[in-house]
Amino acid sequence: MLNVYNILETIRMIQDECLDIRTITMGISLLDCIDTDIDKACEKVYNKIVNKAQNLVPVGQKIEKEYGIPIINKRISVTPVAMLAAACPDGDPVKFAKALQKAADTCGVNFIGGYSALVHKGFSAGDERLIRSIPEALAVTDNICSSVNIGSTKSGINMDAVKLMGRIVKETAEKTADRDCIGAAKLVVFCNAVEDNPFMAGAFHGAGEPDCEIHVGVSGPGVVRSALSKYPDASINELADIIKKTAFKITRMGQLVGARASELLGVPFGIVDLSLAPTPAIGDSVAHILEEMGLEKCGTHGTTACLAMLNDAVKKGGVMASSTVGGLSGAFIPVSEDAGMIDAAVEGVLSIEKLEAMTAVCSVGLDMIVVPGDIPAETISAIIADEAAIGMVNTKTTAVRLIPAIGKKEGETLEFGGLLGSGPVMPVKDKSSAKFINRGGRIPAPMHSLKN
Amino acid sequence: MRAVVTVIGKDNVGILHKVSGICAETGANVIEVTQSVLQDMFAMIMLVDISGLNSDFAVLVDKMNSLGNQLGLSIHTMHEDIFNSMHNI
Repeated sequence: MLNVYNILETIRMIQDECLDIRTITMGISLLDCIDTDIDKACEKVYNKIVNKAQNLVPVGQKIEKEYGIPIINKRISVTPVAMLAAACPDGDPVKFAKALQKAADTCGVNFIGGYSALVHKGFSAGDERLIRSIPEALAVTDNICSSVNIGSTKSGINMDAVKLMGRIVKETAEKTADRDCIGAAKLVVFCNAVEDNPFMAGAFHGAGEPDCEIHVGVSGPGVVRSALSKYPDASINELADIIKKTAFKITRMGQLVGARASELLGVPFGIVDLSLAPTPAIGDSVAHILEEMGLEKCGTHGTTACLAMLNDAVKKGGVMASSTVGGLSGAFIPVSEDAGMIDAAVEGVLSIEKLEAMTAVCSVGLDMIVVPGDIPAETISAIIADEAAIGMVNTKTTAVRLIPAIGKKEGETLEFGGLLGSGPVMPVKDKSSAKFINRGGRIPAPMHSLKN
Repeated sequence: MRAVVTVIGKDNVGILHKVSGICAETGANVIEVTQSVLQDMFAMIMLVDISGLNSDFAVLVDKMNSLGNQLGLSIHTMHEDIFNSMHNI
């Protein structure tokens, strides 16, 4: 039964509180495109993506009209390209990146993710070549995203890969220094990467997934903040209940859009990612939710506790609203993409150390953090290792997306524009971690009993 | 299949006439209307049956949007499923 209050509430959420579907992402397997001739493989990749995803953007637009809800991004995730690169040892993997870019242009999607390698236990054929090609691939393309999984709870952390990724992140920023180091914003290093993530830059289509499927990522920090603002004196468990109810409504929207997209495209429905994904727009900030709970500024003492409650309540509310939940599911805290986080970082209240603690209780990790351009590669590796250790021990996904601001120092800012926002250069420790990183090897997988 | 049309804005002569005119033009059958005018604010929610549309649903949405722009009103035309799925278990 429709009632006036519900109708107006939905419209207010969309119009005033920035509720939107953040992304519909089509996952496409490229395993049947493997070929020993790299040019042939690239041709197959292009043809398969265009064949599967040619209607993705028009269908997205049709659903936007039908339900009156904005769908911000239409994206594609593909099989980690390292698996394809393995079959052509003499080919330059950058050719795959260019083929993916051509497919992205033809389909009109915002991003294709999957220029990826999974090396949590070691490098197989193709992995290391692909990783070494990432800086070039991200510099010559605009809409391709890359990710590397360097650790997992079951296998430990591949410290050789951690060492390599420190250099790759820095090199990627250097190669795009003329464009605000944008390359590094399209590269993420994971521990416990998930195979059905619809969000960039870390989306790829895992080998265990079907040939083609549709995932949906929802958003709505503004809706949650606004709901909480109506109860200034509620206790924390009352706040948790309000968040659950709001997350339920937001996720139902994702489920509806996903089911409709799957029906119109004739592709199975994968998952809804229960997420609170901020944008730099006013009123679309996760930091502001935490401040609404009673923190003077995000990043102060108490932030981790507030975030833990928020993250858990979002999942509890969302799980019942969707038939299949997956992806990264939780609140995201990308610094440059969140107006409240940017403010807190500029004021110096939010530090990398606090963000690291926050990542132990929420979705993903150190995300979109701008660091000084002269940061040593080993320090980047050490930050990656710290973050991966949190993920490994706590059996959760963690990630690092750092942007070394080449030629800039603390106090300056990088401007990416659009959804990526802008980020102040945040200070890092100046003491070296080089000896630890240069040891190489592997951190063994943690034990799962005697937990303390 | 039904859709919900909401119209909010400054009251004026002929709003209902123009909105229902578009419904008639596109073949959307008006099932229910609730309307109120508070001081000079006009608010209306209209439930329409869209199973007999003579064109795509998007055409109805576009026409309503351009009417809204023309009259300076906020008009939303949305499939009823979005409200049902969001507010009912």
